[in-house]
Amino acid sequence: MSEPVIEVRHLSKSFGTHVVLRDVDFTVNAGDVTCIIGASGSGKSTLLRCINLLETPTNGKVLFHGSDITAKGSDPCAYRAKVGMVFQSFNLFNNMTVLDNCTAGLRYVLHQDKETAKKTALENLEKVGMAPYIHAKPRQLSGGQKQRVAIARALAMQPEVLLFDEPTSALDPQMVGEVLAVMRQLAKEGLTMIVVTHEMAFARDVSSHVVYMADGVICEEGTPADIFEHPQNAKTVEFLSRFRQA
Amino acid sequence: MQDFFANCATVLQKYGFSYLRGAGTTLLLALVGTFFGCLIGFAVGALQTIPVDKQRDPVWKRVLLKILHIFLRCYVELFRGTPMIVQAVFIYYGLLQVFGIKMGMWQAGFFIVSINTGAYMAETVRGGIVSIDPGQTEGAKAIGMNHWQTMLHVILPQALRNIIPQIGNNFIINIKDTSVLSVISITDLFFVHKSVVGALYTYFESAAIVMVIYLTMTLFASYLLRLWEKALDGPQNYDLNTTDSLAYTSGMYNAPDPNHESQNLDMKGGAAHV
Repeated sequence: MSEPVIEVRHLSKSFGTHVVLRDVDFTVNAGDVTCIIGASGSGKSTLLRCINLLETPTNGKVLFHGSDITAKGSDPCAYRAKVGMVFQSFNLFNNMTVLDNCTAGLRYVLHQDKETAKKTALENLEKVGMAPYIHAKPRQLSGGQKQRVAIARALAMQPEVLLFDEPTSALDPQMVGEVLAVMRQLAKEGLTMIVVTHEMAFARDVSSHVVYMADGVICEEGTPADIFEHPQNAKTVEFLSRFRQA
Repeated sequence: MQDFFANCATVLQKYGFSYLRGAGTTLLLALVGTFFGCLIGFAVGALQTIPVDKQRDPVWKRVLLKILHIFLRCYVELFRGTPMIVQAVFIYYGLLQVFGIKMGMWQAGFFIVSINTGAYMAETVRGGIVSIDPGQTEGAKAIGMNHWQTMLHVILPQALRNIIPQIGNNFIINIKDTSVLSVISITDLFFVHKSVVGALYTYFESAAIVMVIYLTMTLFASYLLRLWEKALDGPQNYDLNTTDSLAYTSGMYNAPDPNHESQNLDMKGGAAHV
């Protein structure tokens, strides 16, 4: 259960002279639900994007099952096929129907035949409650629906790890509920997840590990009880005090 | 005025078939040229947008891409920056004289129109690609697609939709501009016009006929392109498969009938089901 899947080692990222991440180090074990919390601009999203190689780290390594995926010559496509990602702005393919969005990866990346891909896609769309909408185009859906399709698209690839980059930040409260319900279900099923979020209640209740970031470094990490009940770092205390009042 | 129509009738009676053949030639050149021009444009556009990763890509790949970019840039600037009539002469007669390559008239015609359109389309396609929100590229990357898969399945279909008006422009320009290919003795519509005028001296009548034919072709082309745009947009509405347990579907759709394969939400046929 506690075999490390993703290990981030001494990761740094800067855009020009602007340092966004400084010597970030943490481990995600199989079955973990890791929530990364922190103020906007603290480097949470950049960290997640580095893990999926959408940003190339300036320094440091990301290990997947012990092998360095940031090394020259490693294949980012093969790696990304195993580590899915869900974005704040959904990023669905606007030219495809809901079903085609979910089968695209299976057919073009994993080279499955059309029927097998459709079956897998339907199972996952069912799971997020979007099976009725398979013929719809993304522009015809609400935000919450789009995000659930995006989750189904990522799930269809049967990833070992799923990364969520503020999946509910662009949604209204009711839609946030729809999406969080799906994510809670996934956590219950034992999917390994790394979630960047501002939903403190979700982080507290669902995650097995919480990472608090500020100014590009990890200030504090631990179990939800550690972080939410007994925060040690002054910055964490201050950040969470605003949440407690709310 | 009566003379005019009488003369037109005479011209048509005598050379009607030649005009049609000329129009056919023009249309064929424009169609083939625009089609291959678009293919060239898409290829160049996709090549120009290959991402370069300074840290991960080996040096040879970066050098190769740089050379490719310079080459494509030269191609675009050269063919956009010189008149097609000069290119036609240069390629058709030049190849024969300098390299001893004898190109058929048709081959040369198709080649020149295609490569010319390609140069214009390359920039148009690049614009089309850049206009697609980069989030979709990231979405495609995140499920493991490489640059070519992303282009082929996600970006180019949408870029195509966005640049159809421009493709239409190019097609219509080609219908008209292939008239310069008469310098390499292709018998297009304008060439027929010149021949008729040479025989009958009916400048005005022949010009009128030719203008009507050109206009008919271009108007029809615009109409077909509009239809194509609509077809690519797909239906405005969609059908639900079963019921959704999480979403609020009330007000959108009532009582979907599972036995009815396709229920139209479109109100065009009357709002009978509301």
